[in-house]
Amino acid sequence: MIVEHPRSLLVKKLFAHGFLWLFLALILFPFLMVLSISLRPGNFSTGTLIPNPISLEHWSLAFGIPFTMPDGTVTQPPFPVLLWLWNSVKIGIISSVGILTLSMTSAYAFARMKFRGRGFLLDSLLIIQMFPSALAVIAIYTIFDALGSVTPVFGVNSHWALVLSYLSAITLHIWTIKGYFDSIDPALDKAAQIDGATPWQTFRYVFLPMSVPILAVVFVLAFIFLVTEYPAASVLLRTTDQLTLAVGARSYLYEQRYLWGDFAAAAILSGFPITIVFLLAQRYLVSGLAEGGVKG
Amino acid sequence: MTAQALSDNLTEPARPRFRAGDAIRLAIVAVLTLGLLYVVWGLYIAGEPLFAVVAMGLAVGIVIVFGSRRFYAARFVFPAIAAVLIFIALPVLYTSYVGFTNYGARNLLTFDRVTAYQLSQKTIDKATERPFALVRADAGYQIFFPAGAGGFLTEPTPLDGNPAALTAQPVDAPPAKTLEMKDVIKLRAALQQVTATLPDGTALTSSGLRTFAKIKPVYALEPDGTLLNDVDGSRLTPDPAAGFYRNDAGETVAPGWRVGIGFANFTRILTSEGIRQPILQIFVWTVVFATLSMILTFSLGILLASILQWPHLKGKAAYRILLILPYAVPAFISILVFRGLFNQNFGEINTILSVVLGFKPQWGTDPMLARATTLIVNTWLGYPYMMLLGMGYLQAIPAEHYKAAALEGAGPLRTFFSVTLPQILPPFVPLLISNFAFNFNNVVLILLLTRGLPDIAGTQIPAGQTDILGSFTYRISFQDSGQNFGLAGAISTLIFIIVGVISYANFVALRRAAEAGGRG
Repeated sequence: MIVEHPRSLLVKKLFAHGFLWLFLALILFPFLMVLSISLRPGNFSTGTLIPNPISLEHWSLAFGIPFTMPDGTVTQPPFPVLLWLWNSVKIGIISSVGILTLSMTSAYAFARMKFRGRGFLLDSLLIIQMFPSALAVIAIYTIFDALGSVTPVFGVNSHWALVLSYLSAITLHIWTIKGYFDSIDPALDKAAQIDGATPWQTFRYVFLPMSVPILAVVFVLAFIFLVTEYPAASVLLRTTDQLTLAVGARSYLYEQRYLWGDFAAAAILSGFPITIVFLLAQRYLVSGLAEGGVKG
Repeated sequence: MTAQALSDNLTEPARPRFRAGDAIRLAIVAVLTLGLLYVVWGLYIAGEPLFAVVAMGLAVGIVIVFGSRRFYAARFVFPAIAAVLIFIALPVLYTSYVGFTNYGARNLLTFDRVTAYQLSQKTIDKATERPFALVRADAGYQIFFPAGAGGFLTEPTPLDGNPAALTAQPVDAPPAKTLEMKDVIKLRAALQQVTATLPDGTALTSSGLRTFAKIKPVYALEPDGTLLNDVDGSRLTPDPAAGFYRNDAGETVAPGWRVGIGFANFTRILTSEGIRQPILQIFVWTVVFATLSMILTFSLGILLASILQWPHLKGKAAYRILLILPYAVPAFISILVFRGLFNQNFGEINTILSVVLGFKPQWGTDPMLARATTLIVNTWLGYPYMMLLGMGYLQAIPAEHYKAAALEGAGPLRTFFSVTLPQILPPFVPLLISNFAFNFNNVVLILLLTRGLPDIAGTQIPAGQTDILGSFTYRISFQDSGQNFGLAGAISTLIFIIVGVISYANFVALRRAAEAGGRG
């Protein structure tokens, strides 16, 4: 421990805490403001941080319940927030399962099997994931527009089309899982092989049970990324009832129809579950991100 | 036995016999392949030969990889590689290809579809036009066409709005009583659905309030590929270079079709003043935005990480959780929250500022302030990531270094710049590069926060002061005037090249970091 003078140490401590408190006040201001706005009556009212009077109209509408105003008029919910949340969660879970399946099988092959072009494929995956998907949306749209003329199941405005296009978001996850597989003792493979296990059986009965923690992390990572994905979803999904939350939330804040209060309640309602998932996963997340890219 | 030799053995499955599992696998492969072949056929019929070839390649790949035991190892990798090729590599290549075409709102269809559209245009054949009258019958109405002393009379029809095909038979005398004009007008919509065929085979449909006539195509396809206008004798000549039919005066006739136009889009970007000027401005802003975002998030993140690493600080865990909150909340929600807070008229930030400072900054209309908004929000969103990574790297610095600095009498600032920064910067370099690349294409932030507004004045295409290259391409493809996929594709291609260079630099940096830090 570094020896310091008690007086100057106290000043430093006060300074550090003071700075952090001031910084936090600035950083957390938007959250407090949104909470306050969601409890104010009407979409244009201004007021203090603690709203007076408190109105539950926005929260009621966010839950999809029509709200009766004090003057007797009934306001209908402007958008199906819970349906959007459900769409996001549904697409997120199905796609994440697909992504996990694709990335763990190929990570196993990259970690334990020898085949031609292995190193080249791994390097290519790392480079290709940096290409901005937002710029390829024209092509993504054209592909699914064409597929839609064959079967509407995979056409534009279909959730399955979005799921299919999300399956390509596997490149980083392959590296992450491969890094973990690399750390598994090769003696285990050998034991399995001596017992007559095929590579598939080795993967299924030896590697999978040992890798549950990293697979869980990859699943959560993929899920969070997909739930917040905007460009592809905004191009592929068209009608209000098909939208995901990330696309739909935007429709609250058009200049012509500015539903600030309704948005605030909907934002908290829909953002809360995702935030909790993230906070629980964040410890693994950062180490996974930092290691996944570096391990070679 | 080494791991390498072991995996060599593992790739040789020791299974001589045919098992039930094989039958199930082959059945799944067969079903998948048949489904894909249906898609191939459908894509080919829909006039998308390129995608049909891709689907065919996928089907062949599945059959080879999952059908033959020789490619056992490939089975594990094939689905993932196929997904990456089809939904990342193909879109990148296709976008570049589109950059060499005139694909857009004006040239949306294929040549065959445009020709079919022109041939499906109908006109009234004036020569066959004849007046009609309606006769009330027991079961609905009969249509009467006068001819000489008599005329033709159809069988009764209910005229309920459903399509009906009637045949008219010759009669010697006109009917005694016909409907008044005002009653005929009431039935006009239903009459439009009726086709009446005369004994000579002429099919008549409603052509006006009082008349029926034969409807015929406007254009006839001539052997030389031109379209002859049957009404006025003019001609439409296809111009494969422009992707349009041209009339006799040489003017293009909408709709057009997609054709390759070589480097025209690229030339337009580089030479047309109305396009080059905004693109250059947007490019500079994109670089400035990505650089400043990187510097701001890094500095703030490292500053906070250094404070949190200070051994005398209490309540670290609580500070940590609160400080990463901006990273934990889904970005699309926080960006929209800021969009509302920064709103010039209703936003809370301006409400507070007008009380405290007495004026309302023009966040939405002033270019510099709008750009400041994007940087403020992006720093808010991005610093926790840098902070979390920074805390990890700071722990790796030996405590002796700090002791030595303290003994030499260095203050906190001197210690930071002489001890801390030089040690954490090398491992941070690849992360900073990928952070730069990410912000270079941070389309979501711009689209949700400012949509690129305020617009740059006096440009040929809509371009905004806060637009980065990515959001600009997105906007010319999917928003605002005339979806110009071709131009967007060309700009995207240029961005791909830039990103490709950055990616490669990052890749090399990562490799170096991995080698410097040892494997594992």
